[in-house]
Amino acid sequence: MPEIDELRRKVGLHAAELLELPDEEGVSARHMVMNFGPQHPATHGTLRLILELDGERIVRCVPECGYLHTGFEKLGEYRTWNQFVPLSDRTQYLSAMNNNIAYCIAVEDLLGLEVPPRGRAVRIIMAELGRIADHILCVGLQGMDLGAFTAMLWSFIERERAYDIFDVCSGGRLTVSYGRVGGVAFDVPIDFEARVKVFIEKVEETVADIEGLLSRNRIWCDRTVGIGVLSREDALACGCTGPVLRASGVPYDVRRVRPYLGYEELDFEVPTFTDGDVYARYLQRLAEIKESIKIIRQLIDNLPPGPVNALGKHVLPGKDLTYSSMEELIHHFELVMPGYGVRPPAGETYCANEVPTGEQGYYLISDGSGIPYRVRIRPPSFYHFAALPKMLQGAMIADVVAVLSSLHVIAGELDR
Amino acid sequence: MSVHRNEASTAGQAPRTPAEQRWLEAEHQVLARLERRFPQDVVLGSRVVTRKLWIDIAREALLEVLRFLRDDPELRFEMLIELTCADFLKYPGHQGPRFALLYILYSFRCDAYVRLKVWLEEDDPRAPSATAVFAGAEWPEREVYDLYGIVFEGHPDLRRLLMPDDFTGHPLRKDYPLRGRGERDSFPVLTREES
Repeated sequence: MPEIDELRRKVGLHAAELLELPDEEGVSARHMVMNFGPQHPATHGTLRLILELDGERIVRCVPECGYLHTGFEKLGEYRTWNQFVPLSDRTQYLSAMNNNIAYCIAVEDLLGLEVPPRGRAVRIIMAELGRIADHILCVGLQGMDLGAFTAMLWSFIERERAYDIFDVCSGGRLTVSYGRVGGVAFDVPIDFEARVKVFIEKVEETVADIEGLLSRNRIWCDRTVGIGVLSREDALACGCTGPVLRASGVPYDVRRVRPYLGYEELDFEVPTFTDGDVYARYLQRLAEIKESIKIIRQLIDNLPPGPVNALGKHVLPGKDLTYSSMEELIHHFELVMPGYGVRPPAGETYCANEVPTGEQGYYLISDGSGIPYRVRIRPPSFYHFAALPKMLQGAMIADVVAVLSSLHVIAGELDR
Repeated sequence: MSVHRNEASTAGQAPRTPAEQRWLEAEHQVLARLERRFPQDVVLGSRVVTRKLWIDIAREALLEVLRFLRDDPELRFEMLIELTCADFLKYPGHQGPRFALLYILYSFRCDAYVRLKVWLEEDDPRAPSATAVFAGAEWPEREVYDLYGIVFEGHPDLRRLLMPDDFTGHPLRKDYPLRGRGERDSFPVLTREES
């Protein structure tokens, strides 16, 4: 079979090793090895799948990753605790706000530091805005991948509106670096509440529009219902979390299971769907957007007054204080000098956080110096991508894109 | 194998809220059940660090412990949350084995996490593969093999995951330099004619 050998050579060494095609009765001659990615528009990043096809049906799927491996975990061991914040932006780069907050919560857990109420409220609002932006974009991209381009355009507008809010708060849109150990980088501007209120009203309209466009759309349902089914047992065994797990019927949400930042005081539901298919994951994300809006509504009208930072040993004093007070100047100097700064006591922690893709955990080890000894990011996308072959077993080639976009695998987080 | 207490600090170990108290108690109950079920040379020790319970498990009994945690009707730790590794080579004052594998499981029944640590000696970095118990362990184990060089016995497909296949080092080991060992210089160069 020279053609197949040639194909194997083209898709690389891996494919040849992995896909030892069965030779009996000429089955292999019917099968085709196809390379999907790493540079394919529907992979939304640098994901790669090696597909063994029988006609249009997928016999086997081997996901490959590592094309965006940046070594964040190694880099983290050479930076101070606060210097890791910009790196955490770049892991799940569609919800940088959530990553910042997840990382800072983990460091604060090591330090035993309490963030003041205003800081916690601002963080929750930011995290939920990030979740809305990420979920709505995911739904839009799902639409785009399946040919419903309008949904993507509408959802992109909402994401831009969310990024406008991030912009006025942090100065950045995509990589915001807004979290700081002990709070957030800056207090929110005066028109923050007004902006957020306008945003959530618009989002509600857009969500209703997208629902009207897709939820009962015949083509959409044909392409998504019953496609890429992940059973409850498989989802649990594979370590899936977030919307993917909840769409398979498991009500696991870190915000409920181990509430942080004061989520325990808020009234919100953990929506679940039982089908575990692409359509359920789409409905799941829309339902979660509505819960996020509910959470923001509860907080936005009574944002507690006071500082956003746990002022004291671990947080930089403001410039006004640094330039006017000797003690604050010394404090500032001590925090920014190498070998000083934020120094959690020796110990280790694993702190989980619900980011839009799932449970993002930080496993941190501190040796008591100003540099982390180990920074491990538990990436939800990693487990979802590994579970992809389970969902693609026996699927059609056209379903690959549908399933992949419903998992919302982010390459930056997958490869770190 | 002895118990290794590398975390000397006592700071931040008391639960701060009733909820944290409850979570820690649930973790202690799981530990008590493990200690009742397994002899002392399996559950090597435990300690509370940053209000969380960490349990040391002997490498030989790891699969048995994981299987018990998953299948026991009172525990039902069905969810593998995390599998990773840390290299304690340069940890100040650390005595004992170099590598620590970390397994985190979650149980809906107990509403508890269990954090298991398996210590591995530098000259024998081998561990049984957890893929037989949790299918989701396949990729994390490949990643640990790739970045730390820990060999998981019984793994169906133990290849490098993040680094290129022909890479030689294990980059997250503490004796591996940040800028590599010159691998960049020996990358094959594609010329315009060849490409």
